[in-house]
Amino acid sequence: MFETLKIIRRQGKQYIPDVTKPVLPEIFRGRPVLSTAPVDEAALVACCPTGAIGSAPVRLDLGTCVFCGECASLFPEKVRFTNDYKIATNVRERLVVYGGQDQPIALDPDRIRKEINAYFGGSLKLRQISAAGDNSDELELNAGGNVNFDMGRFGIEFLASPRHCDGIVITGPISENMAEATQICYDAVPAPKLIILAGTAAISGGIFAGSQALDRSFLSKYPIDLYIPGNPIHPLSFVNGVLELIRTKR
Amino acid sequence: MTTTLNPLPTIPALTVKNGQSVALDAIPVLSYGAFSSEVLRLLSDPQNHCVNYYAFPDQGGLKFIAATANDGGSGAIYLLSHETPMDIQRLDSLTKSNLALHIYEREIAENFGIEFVGHPWAKPVRYAHDRADRSKTLRNYPFFKITGEEIHEVPVGPIHAGVIEPGHFRFMCNGETVLHLEIQLGYQHRGIEKLFLQKKTLIQRTVLAECIAGDTAIGHNLAFVQNMESLAGIRVSDNLQLLRTLALEIERLAMHTWGLSNLGVGIAYQLGNSVIGALRTPVINYMQWWCGNRFGKGLLRVGCNQYPFTAELKTRLLDLLDEYEAKYTEIAAEYFDLPSVQAPLEKTGTVTQEQMRLIGAVGMSARITGIPRDIRQSHPTGFYEKQRYETVTEQSGDVWARAMLRNREVQKSLAYIRLLLENVTTDGAETERVAVVLEPNQFSIALTEAWRGEVCHCAVTDASGELAHYKVKDPSVHNWLALGLAVRDNEISDFPICNKTFDLSYCGNDL
Repeated sequence: MFETLKIIRRQGKQYIPDVTKPVLPEIFRGRPVLSTAPVDEAALVACCPTGAIGSAPVRLDLGTCVFCGECASLFPEKVRFTNDYKIATNVRERLVVYGGQDQPIALDPDRIRKEINAYFGGSLKLRQISAAGDNSDELELNAGGNVNFDMGRFGIEFLASPRHCDGIVITGPISENMAEATQICYDAVPAPKLIILAGTAAISGGIFAGSQALDRSFLSKYPIDLYIPGNPIHPLSFVNGVLELIRTKR
Repeated sequence: MTTTLNPLPTIPALTVKNGQSVALDAIPVLSYGAFSSEVLRLLSDPQNHCVNYYAFPDQGGLKFIAATANDGGSGAIYLLSHETPMDIQRLDSLTKSNLALHIYEREIAENFGIEFVGHPWAKPVRYAHDRADRSKTLRNYPFFKITGEEIHEVPVGPIHAGVIEPGHFRFMCNGETVLHLEIQLGYQHRGIEKLFLQKKTLIQRTVLAECIAGDTAIGHNLAFVQNMESLAGIRVSDNLQLLRTLALEIERLAMHTWGLSNLGVGIAYQLGNSVIGALRTPVINYMQWWCGNRFGKGLLRVGCNQYPFTAELKTRLLDLLDEYEAKYTEIAAEYFDLPSVQAPLEKTGTVTQEQMRLIGAVGMSARITGIPRDIRQSHPTGFYEKQRYETVTEQSGDVWARAMLRNREVQKSLAYIRLLLENVTTDGAETERVAVVLEPNQFSIALTEAWRGEVCHCAVTDASGELAHYKVKDPSVHNWLALGLAVRDNEISDFPICNKTFDLSYCGNDL
């Protein structure tokens, strides 16, 4: 008993008091900023492993980016990843960052469904579906509930049964072998329900795009409520994105 | 003088070291009969174990390659091959004589439709999209059934209660007691090995290697970069090798910490779960300070590291180790001393050394039964060559042994990381990029001891120096069967702590 108390005392307060405030190290690859510096655009486009970089105008799509840092290493004068982890949005196009633009990525409040804040503003129970995720996104989602990020305090929690949940969080590029289970699980969630894509692999297939082992047809059937890029997603990207989604009043 | 009677002439296998590449045609090509008997002869020595055995299309036919590692201190890896026409239908099974080969033959059977005559259980490994027989599906697989009045079947998954990867478990139970567990995997199949060939640039392949199993990003990517470097004839500096070893040990520390925290959930020990869980955060945050990613993605690159190891990072890590150790020692003493922790762990989910030898278990699953199988010791590369890592083992093979092994490996890693830091240079020279041109017609093999166990990657290049085949093996392919064996005659309610302590990779198996 005495030992236990000593341990608890030594632990102190572990939680991050305000999850919107932490500053990640500069080296963290969050929202990129593309300068207007002239570079060999063809080489810039070609260096990206997932075709996330486009030219004329130069742009970088975070929904496709695997955050490998190759472009920033080869073209430091052109691409710089900032430590801004608030990179979630409900509009797919908002994940595209253009040259000369340095603006936060945010949700479009007008496109958040009305019932989301009304129903889920104070409590959002989620069913996670790992659909060929590589277990790094899954571990980060778990971390979202640990004593540090503690998203349970906002009512955000992962539950076992889809019937008790308000939505699904998909990680991974959705393999053919998980396509059916993904559909069954989604169907089991009572309406109204959310779909959140966590991680670049879920948003676009990421490095797995083009593999014949995938079946992403599920995603074309329903509107997506939140896109959270990352490889893997940072727990702060997840928590902040979800909070913005459920707390925005319309 | 005595003469050993040997009915077959011994064909010398090609001997290579870990991280070495050789001309593909230097690997002896044997008839199937000679290949089989030589592979089995090598494996009859308990000091040897098979680290990879697979087939791939080569020059219009199929080429089989078997790599057997000697764990007795020689560091040798014996390579043998066999060639056969593509339309081969049937081969005699080697699994009949050596059960550890079962998973390799199952994979070859799945990929190429070969029937291994006498194989006890030729079930597909992962229901790959390009499998030979697409009529076999995850849906229509006939699970092993036991019938009887008291017998009932419990299907679990593919989606599990927690936030983990998908897989299906089919229990046959007598009351609360598990008679048999069949593990059905493949849900995570992304076509990784095909993608290694489809994606042509080095950075694509590197990112792919980091995503084979994201919890083993360093372990898998290290095997990949070592293969590419040996194929390109790149010799990297001692300091770069040291830094990669450092990354591998930090990954181990982070995942062992995670595992012990997660075990706390399984036994409803909230304090252990929270306190050890909180200890993992600074470890993975350290990786984020080093390379911008909590899982070490983006750090290892072929020929270099992408981010420098600075003097500041060294100081930061030394401080972290001190703080971690103080907090860990305190909670571990409490954790493992509690009767309410010991009782559910001891003598639960036990596997024996005999079983683990039989199925060819690797890494932690082998070490919990006293088998000191550890690539860091048997086939060291990088800093492990200079400073041997002393493998630790447990004997009892139960959940307690699995927890204890991780506990002891945490302490070993802490000490080893300190040793690495005594030898590290912080000049940043390791980030210098080098040109990578692969030698044509080569075979290379690289093994790393990742936190779960040995990762083995093999690469083959064609006449133009392009990748012709890439083979990935995660330790989990061997060890899933260990989980199935562990839960027999245990209560089904003990399954979660068995699963959590084996802590195997679904995506590493499914590729």
